[in-house]
Amino acid sequence: MDSYRLGRHISHQFDNELENIRNRVLVMGGMVEELLQMAVVPLLDSNESPEKLVPRDEKINQLEVEIDEFCSQILARRQPTARDLRLVIAVGKAISDLERIGDEAKMIARKSDESKVKESRPYYHQLRVLVQRVQGMLNQALDAFARMDAETAVEVARQDESIDDSYGELLRSLINDMEDSPKKVRRSVELMWVTRSLERIGDHAANICEHVVYVVKGKDVRHLSIDEMEDEVNKY
Amino acid sequence: MLMNDMTPDNSLARESGVTASAAASTGPMRISREHHETVGDYTVADPRITCRNVDVYYGDKRAIHAVNLDIGRNEVVAMIGPSGCGKSTFLRCLNRMNDTIESCRVTGEIELDGQDIYDKKIDVVPLRSQVGMVFQKPNPFPKSIYENVAWGPRIHGLAQNKADLNEIVETSLQKAGLWSEVKDRLEKPGTGLSGGQQQRLCIARTIAVSPEVILMDEPCSALDPIATAKIEDLIDELRQQYSIAIVTHSMQQAARVSQRTAYFHMGDLIEVGETATIFTNPVHPLTEDYITGRFG
Repeated sequence: MDSYRLGRHISHQFDNELENIRNRVLVMGGMVEELLQMAVVPLLDSNESPEKLVPRDEKINQLEVEIDEFCSQILARRQPTARDLRLVIAVGKAISDLERIGDEAKMIARKSDESKVKESRPYYHQLRVLVQRVQGMLNQALDAFARMDAETAVEVARQDESIDDSYGELLRSLINDMEDSPKKVRRSVELMWVTRSLERIGDHAANICEHVVYVVKGKDVRHLSIDEMEDEVNKY
Repeated sequence: MLMNDMTPDNSLARESGVTASAAASTGPMRISREHHETVGDYTVADPRITCRNVDVYYGDKRAIHAVNLDIGRNEVVAMIGPSGCGKSTFLRCLNRMNDTIESCRVTGEIELDGQDIYDKKIDVVPLRSQVGMVFQKPNPFPKSIYENVAWGPRIHGLAQNKADLNEIVETSLQKAGLWSEVKDRLEKPGTGLSGGQQQRLCIARTIAVSPEVILMDEPCSALDPIATAKIEDLIDELRQQYSIAIVTHSMQQAARVSQRTAYFHMGDLIEVGETATIFTNPVHPLTEDYITGRFG
């Protein structure tokens, strides 16, 4: 594991400021995880109705703006360099990914609440696998961010492949259904929206892993294959 | 929102994670702090000055340890490091300014265009016109603006007649970005100019003797931000024609003006590399500690 040194600046206030933005990202991450959990409840259990998501999403949006402002202040006042600069840049990007995950969660909640999706029993198992994989990946991506652990970040990013597999499998089943029966088209389309949102959340979690690698190793691994990403991490 | 509002709250930290200050480690680098050999490529394809195994002693004290560094054509090399790290001492070796210090002894090789500048046959007067120097505090001669610039070309015999000399003075002041400000008062004392103008006058004086390399020892530390910005702009323009080595305590300045940066620490050249890399992803932990403002 690659732990990460953030403190020990001659200016303690600077230590505090960096620690503060990182902590706030993790708080925001926790809120996004909760939001996602609330969003998938009606999808997997048709007896449950979704709690009110909107106020939570507003809090997430508010936190994003707040952290962005802190980052701007650090850039303007401290002119950070090297790993400090990389952290501030990565935080700016990670909160954008988290905010998008929040939006996808809202989309899932909206679609899950529609009666046609409640008829998703035939896909219960496949959906459950996909949801578990996505939630697990997001959770571990946030852990890798908390620990600034590049090696774990690569392992977590690799999970996006299995999410894509689950997504593809589910998509094929839905298409087959639509081909078999026009009556199922509406339900299938709604479910396609939901699965697409789940797959996108996996992509955002993978982005967070890439930000961790950038902060820790100083290497921009966006748009690389997972094996290339691993090579870059092992190089340094 | 004030930065003072940004108090840390570790209770907010992810339960399964770790707080920032607790995550102490060596960071992304695998080089130890005790490794004092230069990291990075100190050579360039087209060097003007090459330094190999340069040691500098003040009496018995070894102030610079086996430094290797090239200064290329049309590039600005910034030398950074904490006080007493040897960056100014090293800079002063490049035009033998240390010869004026009796206890100072320089060993190793320093070549300008392939010629050993410490060769006994070398005359330091023309050497110092080839490798000019601009100091921390502007030091114009107590003479007119014109004479400040004309003095060097006159004693080096660079002008055939008055017209030649006038042209050198005007061109040098133009290159230093000072001509428009002083053209109507060339006979006024150089010491009557503002600090920033005086420093540009000193740069014009250096340029007037057609140098190949310009050494700058904290040229902006006595100047306000506007005068500093003008000098930095000037450094970038001068790079088209000259090689420049600059010692600065301002890391932002090093980041702004240079193409390569060399980090010195306790007499060792610790790391040298592209400025863009040094300030975003340095390799040596000592470099990273210094540029991020951490305890070493």
